[in-house]
Amino acid sequence: MPSPHPWSLTISEAHHLLANKQLSAVELVESVLQRIKQTDSKLNSFISVTEEYALQSAAKADSMISNSKQTMLTGIPFQAKDNICTNSIATTCASKMLENFIPNYDATAITKLKSTGAVLLGKGNLDEFAMGSSTENSVFFPTKNPHDLSAVPGGSSGGPAASVSAEQCLFAIGSDTGGSVRQPASFCGVVGLKPTYGRVSRYGLVAFASSLDQIGPLTKNVQDSAFVLEAISGKDPKDSTSNPEVVPSYYKYLDGDVKDLKVGVPKEYFVDGMDADVASTVRSAIKTMEDMGAEISEVSLPHTSHALAVYYIIAPAEASSNLSRYDGVKFGYSDANSTDVWDALEKTRQHGFGPEVKRRILLGTYALSSGYYDAYYLKAQQVRSLIRQDFVNAFAKVDILIAPSTPTVAFPLGDKLSDPVQMYLNDIFTIPANIAGIPAISIPAGLIKNMPIGIQIMGPHHSEKTVLKAAHAYEQATNHGFLKPSIQE
Amino acid sequence: MNLSSDEVKHIASLAKIAMSDSELKVIGSQLSQILDQFRSLSTLNTENIEITAHPTSLNTVLRTDDITNSKADKSMLDNAPRKEGDFVRVRSVLE
Repeated sequence: MPSPHPWSLTISEAHHLLANKQLSAVELVESVLQRIKQTDSKLNSFISVTEEYALQSAAKADSMISNSKQTMLTGIPFQAKDNICTNSIATTCASKMLENFIPNYDATAITKLKSTGAVLLGKGNLDEFAMGSSTENSVFFPTKNPHDLSAVPGGSSGGPAASVSAEQCLFAIGSDTGGSVRQPASFCGVVGLKPTYGRVSRYGLVAFASSLDQIGPLTKNVQDSAFVLEAISGKDPKDSTSNPEVVPSYYKYLDGDVKDLKVGVPKEYFVDGMDADVASTVRSAIKTMEDMGAEISEVSLPHTSHALAVYYIIAPAEASSNLSRYDGVKFGYSDANSTDVWDALEKTRQHGFGPEVKRRILLGTYALSSGYYDAYYLKAQQVRSLIRQDFVNAFAKVDILIAPSTPTVAFPLGDKLSDPVQMYLNDIFTIPANIAGIPAISIPAGLIKNMPIGIQIMGPHHSEKTVLKAAHAYEQATNHGFLKPSIQE
Repeated sequence: MNLSSDEVKHIASLAKIAMSDSELKVIGSQLSQILDQFRSLSTLNTENIEITAHPTSLNTVLRTDDITNSKADKSMLDNAPRKEGDFVRVRSVLE
């Protein structure tokens, strides 16, 4: 056994130890399960831990390694957000509606990870149906931020972000509809990537807003993000919006070189009244890139201030349609105290959904309803075109954009729960990438008052190679990297 | 803008969600506050701007009409809250 705890390894470190037979997959998984037992009563990042299944998978991974069938992720333990379907393992969406739902199939991302020999440890907490920015909307419990147990981990992928941060897993996969991978990554001091829309199949990801949803990795560093992205990406006949673009070996592009890379700084992301510490963190990251030889220039994305409104019309509109499937008939919660079909339907949805989900269904229903469709939904889809065009124009001049990930560091639990508008403002810097469908990554950029903060790098469609390359170069040039929290066993 | 309680009731009935009077009151005022945030959109001139319904460059994706769903078996019924034999049991639709 190597001297550091196996749970503290990165993917590539664990991979090499496994390859050299200095560590077995079973030992690695046992170590991580022990870490979960020691820390999760404080964090609540897991909704379920599939211990027995994980140990069986680890034994299989060990035989893959013995038979020279090891790939980068063979034997590597991970957590999956609990809105990603797992065959024979409950997939709850942190909702009473799906509390007892056991899928009879795997999401494509899970199928792909399983085929590489990666080991599923269990399912991560989230805001109900991925609607929220703090993981406080989970029907089970809120997750805590490993850097400060009185603060939120962000959301909606709060379980995955907290779990990677507290080293309960070597990586996690989450979903990002308006920032749900990047915002918690920023709050927890880990790397969170939202790939290009269509890069990763959405088959088996419980639908929230189908034109925005995308699965993405949360990892301890950028290289690990590249490994996981490569494993889960690709065209899938089960998702007609998945993209046929070739999946490259992203890690091969991580050479630390950003010389002559054209980096744009969108001026609309630096607004009056923004947190001064956040602004100076991003400015200093820009200076680092410049010192490394990148060409920095200011660009304009003039419709940025409308992105939040566009998102909070389009996402709830799509959600109101997607969530109409929860009728208590074929699966999910069903109200037992009614005999009439309509009464049962309305009561099932009244008691099965939590307040934020109902708020968004009603908002979306309103935006799609007769008399308001043109003013809200149609208008939002037109402004979506303007926001997309802003990015097309910017990427005609620069290769990538650098911006804040979040307006602040993690806020205290309970702080914004009763004020939906304040909660929604958290997503202000992450939403535009979903609207335009472009890739964006949040990477740790230091601490503000002892709490992690991330910066965001965005690129044009299918530019993950460049986005990861720039993020990796920045990570290597600074000593921020993965910020281990002080959470003790 | 302020949504009236009748308007909120109408939206809830379209969304097929039963709501108590107190729920209607809270959600009505929250929706009104959220809708206020959307006002900025009406200041933009979007005449002749095409809509974006999805952000990919893909056009209509077609495939041959072959049955490929191998999971259409009895395990599909395991999650049904009410069933009888190999059927999902539904509540009466007609009086």
